[in-house]
Amino acid sequence: MSIAAAPAAAAILPGRGGIGGALSDAFWRSPKLLLFLMLTPPLLWLGVIYLGSLFALLLQSFFSIDEFSGLVVREFTLKTYGELLRPSNLDIIVRTVTMAGLVTIASAIIAFPIAYFAARYARGRWKAVFYLGVMLPLWSSYLVKVYAWKLILAKEGILTWVFEKLHLTFLIDGWLALPVVGGNSLSVSPTGTFLVFVYVWLPFMILPVQAALERVPGNLLEASADLGASPSQTFRNVLLPLALPGVIAGSIFTFSLTLGDYIIPQIVGTSHLFIGMAVYAHQGTAGNIPLAAAFTVVPVVIMGIYLWLAKRAGAFNAL
Amino acid sequence: MRSDKQNSTPMGLKIAAGIGLAFLHLPILLIFLYAFTTEEKSYQFPPPGLTLKWFAVTWNRPDVWEALGLSVRVASISTVIALTLGTLCAAAISQTKFFGREAISLLVILPIALPGIITGISLRSAFNLAEIPFSFWTIVLGHATFCVVVVYNNAVARFRRMSGSLIEASMDLGADGFQTFRHVILPNIGTALLAGGMLAFALSFDEVIVTTFTAGQQATLPIWMLEELVRPRQRPVTNVVAMVVVLVTFLPILAAYHLTRDGDQISGQGK
Repeated sequence: MSIAAAPAAAAILPGRGGIGGALSDAFWRSPKLLLFLMLTPPLLWLGVIYLGSLFALLLQSFFSIDEFSGLVVREFTLKTYGELLRPSNLDIIVRTVTMAGLVTIASAIIAFPIAYFAARYARGRWKAVFYLGVMLPLWSSYLVKVYAWKLILAKEGILTWVFEKLHLTFLIDGWLALPVVGGNSLSVSPTGTFLVFVYVWLPFMILPVQAALERVPGNLLEASADLGASPSQTFRNVLLPLALPGVIAGSIFTFSLTLGDYIIPQIVGTSHLFIGMAVYAHQGTAGNIPLAAAFTVVPVVIMGIYLWLAKRAGAFNAL
Repeated sequence: MRSDKQNSTPMGLKIAAGIGLAFLHLPILLIFLYAFTTEEKSYQFPPPGLTLKWFAVTWNRPDVWEALGLSVRVASISTVIALTLGTLCAAAISQTKFFGREAISLLVILPIALPGIITGISLRSAFNLAEIPFSFWTIVLGHATFCVVVVYNNAVARFRRMSGSLIEASMDLGADGFQTFRHVILPNIGTALLAGGMLAFALSFDEVIVTTFTAGQQATLPIWMLEELVRPRQRPVTNVVAMVVVLVTFLPILAAYHLTRDGDQISGQGK
């Protein structure tokens, strides 16, 4: 080795030994190899196992069930979808979609003041209080929340007690006597189901609305007031249009979660079925996987249309 | 005149926001009260008396311990799988640009965006088609699938804030890829992974909809609670379990909040 070559060699680090060094060098030379190795495990899991199961389910909705033997016939047919459009099944779909719509509207109305206060007026410590005040109910156990409402809505529970103390029991009785929303007690009425749905999904509405409201510049509202608009005019013409993408983003959650839920209407509510309960019943005791699969296609299609409309309204920028 | 009023909060808004927050929290507080009630046959309010008896009764219940043990084991393993898959995915998505990036991030979000019942029934029918018997591992498989997204979200957010020049500097100073990962990348994303892992644990610990489809005979704690909700047999024990579940899920959430709260001051941010 000549002396003249030494400085040039020193500028380049010596090659690393061992398998680790060789691997590290290989990744540096071809980043695609590293990318491939990084993406393979998650893609195998989500792309093959998960998407595979989803497609298998979709496929089964095109099979049908033999009415005599109760076995699944593995031939392509649209018979199951014909069954889905029977009046009794259409009833279930309409009931679920109506509930999802009402829950979404109610959540938006309750969420707006909380989100607006948190976004515009809460500072420092209060900001943290509001953030955790939404995050804790969001993340606390779903079943415990449903259970809490079973306690609240029970005939001997706190709600009846409060109305009794206020001598307003006739209000509850009058409400329960109404035809569509009423029932024997709040815990077995559609009103009860509605209340629990709103409670459980409300945090999913608050967060995106708050995110949208935080992006509204305060001077826009001041400008509107300076130009002579009343607070309600400012709200209607300035604030609401700017917050709308956030509301739509939140409604994606509340709508989709209500469409697919089968536990809340089973625990608090009437014996009328919702889509989720119908899916559960058909795949379980009835063993009618094709019809259950066809039922799951309904929320997917509805959410597909919903997402497409939401995208056109620019809701995804608020997520 | 008007501009003075802008800074003070309108009374109506204060009240509406206060009522909204109360609506979110009072039902959970009620759970705490009911854990101490002496009434065991109904959900009577106000409780006729208060007692600590049910804590001892619950403590001595083997079925509750069994369900709790299963839930903790399922949640731990699902969290480990979710951490691995979520971090890999986040690293690949945020550090490189390639065709189909959008599709992959959509794929990660899909298990949580679709109603749980769809994930549950499709996995169940896939297990049936493949003739895989239901076991501990089928529950884990379902849970890990929807836990990936929380780890992924946390990790992606942190990767985005981490300056790419840090990695280049480490390489320039002679570290190989593995050293860079251990000494530069891991310390930077560590708290985000911890937070994501805790949220994944909480999510799995609490999951019931997918679990009803992917569990065989075993009962996780939520499945145990669901059975009690549908057919109440031991109300006082359920009350205590509900309270404990609330406390157990609050801790990782508070911890995750503290871990990610200061995330704005990440090294290498000021380029």
